[in-house]
Amino acid sequence: MPGTALTRNFREGHKLKMSTPFQVVVCASVVPDPLQTLEPVTGPTGPALKNEMMLPAILDPWAAHALYEGANLVKKVAGSALWLVSMAPKAKLQQVMMTVAQKVPLQLVAVDGPSSGFADAQQTATALATAIRNIPGIDLSKLLLFGGWESASRSAGVTLQLVGEELGIVDQFQGVDAIAPNDDGSFEVLERVEGARHQVSRCAGAPAVLGWATGNLGEPRNDPQVGMANMRAIMPALQRAVAAKITADGLQYANVATPKQQRETRIVKDTPADQIASEIVQWIKQE
Amino acid sequence: MDNILFLAHTEADGTLNKTALEALSSAVDLKQALGGTLDVALYGAQFQPAANSIAACGATRFLAVCGESFAAARFATDAAASEALVRASGATIVIGAMTSRSARVMAAVAHRVSGCVDTHVTDVTAVSGAPAVTRWFYRQRIEGSLTRTQRPWILLLDPGSRPAWKGEPGSVTPQLIDVPVGDSLLRTSVKGLVTPPADQQTIRPDADLLFVAGAGWTKKQKDGQTHVPEAETIIVDFLRSSKASLGGSKSLVDISGENQSTLHFMTHLNQVGQTGSSPRHPKGLAACCHGEEPHTVGWRFIGERRAINLDPNCGWARGKADVLYVADAFEVMSKVNALLSAK
Repeated sequence: MPGTALTRNFREGHKLKMSTPFQVVVCASVVPDPLQTLEPVTGPTGPALKNEMMLPAILDPWAAHALYEGANLVKKVAGSALWLVSMAPKAKLQQVMMTVAQKVPLQLVAVDGPSSGFADAQQTATALATAIRNIPGIDLSKLLLFGGWESASRSAGVTLQLVGEELGIVDQFQGVDAIAPNDDGSFEVLERVEGARHQVSRCAGAPAVLGWATGNLGEPRNDPQVGMANMRAIMPALQRAVAAKITADGLQYANVATPKQQRETRIVKDTPADQIASEIVQWIKQE
Repeated sequence: MDNILFLAHTEADGTLNKTALEALSSAVDLKQALGGTLDVALYGAQFQPAANSIAACGATRFLAVCGESFAAARFATDAAASEALVRASGATIVIGAMTSRSARVMAAVAHRVSGCVDTHVTDVTAVSGAPAVTRWFYRQRIEGSLTRTQRPWILLLDPGSRPAWKGEPGSVTPQLIDVPVGDSLLRTSVKGLVTPPADQQTIRPDADLLFVAGAGWTKKQKDGQTHVPEAETIIVDFLRSSKASLGGSKSLVDISGENQSTLHFMTHLNQVGQTGSSPRHPKGLAACCHGEEPHTVGWRFIGERRAINLDPNCGWARGKADVLYVADAFEVMSKVNALLSAK
């Protein structure tokens, strides 16, 4: 299947007139800023990050792509709506929302719970599914459940799938890079598979789960007006956040550590390029 | 005592891929360490070539779900097949490969059988008579080993974590498990695969060498000018002659997305690191890459590592690479290409 023609179809798919609105719910947690040094420590409930509450946080990167794609879809399909459902410590969520709120119009549903990579995914999924079911006006038959295909914390790629199962959704896609809705409510999806290829699927319509990879949209510029409009609803949403208790439930960590491997690097300098090239070629050809 | 199930999807020709054989290797080892039983479960359009190829793996039973409905990698049918096989086996430990197809469904399967799941597992061992797994957290920055009491416990092993299972082929007749496929499982139809044209295919998971290109290729060089077209030529020529796979640093890939002058073939699929992939290759050569942890996690699983950089203190290489060549990558790689094309 020719890649260029298909990609064009996906781009043009967004121009179609839609008669079936979607309800897009994006699940996204917060993670430590990737530039921070992460050091594991043993806390009262198991492994944690040193000074976890002090670490600057961001919206999980792949979930952020899902948010931007969701907002774009909602903008294109009249009558659609977008919610951001996020579980994290309330204070942390508030800090991250100050930035995220300026990106796209959204309605926040906050769940006050751990955002640790060591927390159990199953219980996290149950808490998220409960929060989604309790969204006023939610119609699960119109639901497109978005999120990152993996988080930058647990990095397992299971939470969104489990939320989908909890909600009884039997069409799921992971590693999504594009969605092209059709005017009958169906849509086509590009999913990443091995060898830098994409699998193309057509789904009859919502409900469905889409775990996003990077998609095709850049990060939107901060828009203070969008931010101000969002924050009016975000602060009450944070105050309403339901606390979720996540327990170990049979999960026990024997050891958690940063890799200690340090290589003895041989520095080669003041050496002619010919000689370096020859050494590299010889190394490449070694079995 | 744990009963182990090796669960895999077959390829279009009915065989098992290398990643599946690596997971089988782990399942066989765990069976020996725990003293339990081993079953094999396969699903796909056809299964006999796969079953025969691993007939000597020591499995007590072979189970299969077969049919055209299970040919395509579709969540609904794959989850239904996997659930049926896990239930039929009565396994307490399920081991599979971390392929895109398995990863799409196995958490859902765990949920359906009231079990639990761990993905991106890099090792499975027996500790005090119980399985323990090792996996990475925070995108390859923290490594942890863990155990669970909940069963069944589904484990997906990352590619390259173990040597592939090898054994003499034989002949087995798997027990077929019937899985009804109603309309509700067929709401999604798989149309096919989009594959980059052969001359633009830069990601080669089975390559011996990963070449990581950094943003330095697009920066001003010693003459004060950028040389992006020249960089493209050098890199493409090198990939062609060395058969290496291409990785890119986040900064370079992001530049591509912003439509700045950059390498036209570099996409997010090439990105390695914290928000990209962490490929496993025996060797890695990085050129013009900069940055400390976390950027370096992109080549955490590379065996031998060498780097070319003008900065002798570059955090990407110092302490991370075996050899750091302090040199101009344009000059060195041009000469590498000349040598490779001459031989």
